[in-house]
Amino acid sequence: MTDLTNLGVKAIRDGVAAGDFTAREVAEGFNANVAAAADLNAFIVTTPEHALAAADAVDAKRAKGEELGVMAGVPIGMKDLFATRGVQTSAASAILEGFKPEYESTVSQKLWDAGAGMLGKLNLDQFAMGSSNETSHFGNVANPWKANDGGNAVLAPGGSSGGSSAAVAARLAPAATGTDTGGSIRQPAAFTGISGIKPTYGRCSRWGIVAFASSLDQAGPMARSVEDCAVMLGAMAGFDPKDSTSLDAPVPDWAGALNADLRGKKVGIPKEYRMDGTDAEILASWDDGIAWLKDAGAEVVDVSLPHTKYALPAYYIVAPAEASSNLARYDGVRYGLRDLPEGAGLQDMYAATRAAGFGPEVKRRIMLGTYVLSAGFYDAYYTQAMKVRTLIQRDFNEAFETCDVILAPTTPTAAFPLGDKLDDPLAMYLNDVFSVPASLAGLPAMSVPSRLNAKGLPLGLQLVGKAMDEQMVLNAGLAIEQRSGFDAQPEKWW
Amino acid sequence: MSVTREQVAKIASLARIKVDEGDLDHFVPEFNAILGFVEQLGEVDTSQVEPMTAVIPQALRLRDDVIDADPLTGGGKQADVLANAPVAEHGFFGVPKVIE
Repeated sequence: MTDLTNLGVKAIRDGVAAGDFTAREVAEGFNANVAAAADLNAFIVTTPEHALAAADAVDAKRAKGEELGVMAGVPIGMKDLFATRGVQTSAASAILEGFKPEYESTVSQKLWDAGAGMLGKLNLDQFAMGSSNETSHFGNVANPWKANDGGNAVLAPGGSSGGSSAAVAARLAPAATGTDTGGSIRQPAAFTGISGIKPTYGRCSRWGIVAFASSLDQAGPMARSVEDCAVMLGAMAGFDPKDSTSLDAPVPDWAGALNADLRGKKVGIPKEYRMDGTDAEILASWDDGIAWLKDAGAEVVDVSLPHTKYALPAYYIVAPAEASSNLARYDGVRYGLRDLPEGAGLQDMYAATRAAGFGPEVKRRIMLGTYVLSAGFYDAYYTQAMKVRTLIQRDFNEAFETCDVILAPTTPTAAFPLGDKLDDPLAMYLNDVFSVPASLAGLPAMSVPSRLNAKGLPLGLQLVGKAMDEQMVLNAGLAIEQRSGFDAQPEKWW
Repeated sequence: MSVTREQVAKIASLARIKVDEGDLDHFVPEFNAILGFVEQLGEVDTSQVEPMTAVIPQALRLRDDVIDADPLTGGGKQADVLANAPVAEHGFFGVPKVIE
């Protein structure tokens, strides 16, 4: 029998439905891979019993001839930012260690309702703040990929969905949930040779997702193929009255409508993304992508996004501002850590609790946000950033008058060694230079693998679509996937 | 614009995060590097631009004025609400004495 853990979402679902294997066999296979991969530190908590129970429920339904859901029999990893009833939900922070929600997030509930099971809660950057998964209270995640340069450096899996990317790349899970605030699905997907899509803002409910920057946060799937992403996104998306920004729009059958024939479509190439000093291999990968989309029948046109260089500075005002407000709730009163020094009053308890519970990057962003929102600075920083955000969205709207989808690199470099950028927050932030603009504009965006660089590390290509047009993004992603021939896997060392 | 050590200490206090001298040693230069970077936003002429209020425009919905319309987010959840509290007593959150 083939190794079931090499199968993706759709192959597992269809195989279970056809009776080629049972959901329990699949869950047992992935549970075993998870248990054997402690070196990657991809999971904060493992829940093999949850995966088995969900699998048994699917097998029982099949035996009775009942209809199976679109994720039936597929065990997945759940980023530890989604509230899961009775299972620790920590956001990778000490301040939430031990927190076991009494409720289930909308997105995770929809996945369980569709027949998926949970292998465990995946590691991430603390409160999703980071690009290398080095800010987690529960330790770094290791990228399963290693460079072929003879060095043995452990590389960053990207962030903030670093546990998700590592787990999917290493075959610990066929797919995982991610969340993307400024690139946290796309950048880790690119660093590990997998696919991931952030849908239009509002497609997936934020209810029950630990909030970082509410006007940017959006959940999405990470998997090893475009089709698997489309299937899983269909199970995650949908209107939710419990999230006031949830889009009240029907969820299209993205997987059913996948079509890599791009004749009559126009692909925009934004000239501002061709920045000075960009890695030559990244540019070569971009050129490959252009050629592949042309081969799929698309016409390639130049477009301009003139405010691109201002996206990152605007993001580093908007996101910390929202974080400083959202994270005010961690006060040692209602849940999570409490640090009450001897004889301390309420205010001292707040300050001590937050000092002990938050990591340095989280403190940095809360304080930065507090500063840009403070009296006297609000207009110069926050209002100006929100005006620039309007301009960035306008740039995209104008570009989409002449094209249907935009193609760009996902990241400026391949995966870097852990520790490389840890002492320089600004250098770390620059990782997201290509992914942040689409986040600020609320647009659907996807990363698909393109090739290995000279060091044997995967590179990703990014597709950005019009609001609500995930289908075009997925179709262009599929056209690239069919032509890149990317089937490389990391060599097992863990 | 750059910030002083005193300003960073004040921000930390506003953010209710206790910092010591060692924390300030690294926060101050990091803050100034980040502020120096975001400073470039000042170059953009935004005199004719409205600040973004919603990334995907939509009207806020009103729910029906019905008690417990959604039992999940309605009332009667005292035990669930208190389940994760560091200190809960007599059906309330416990906090240190606030009034002398």
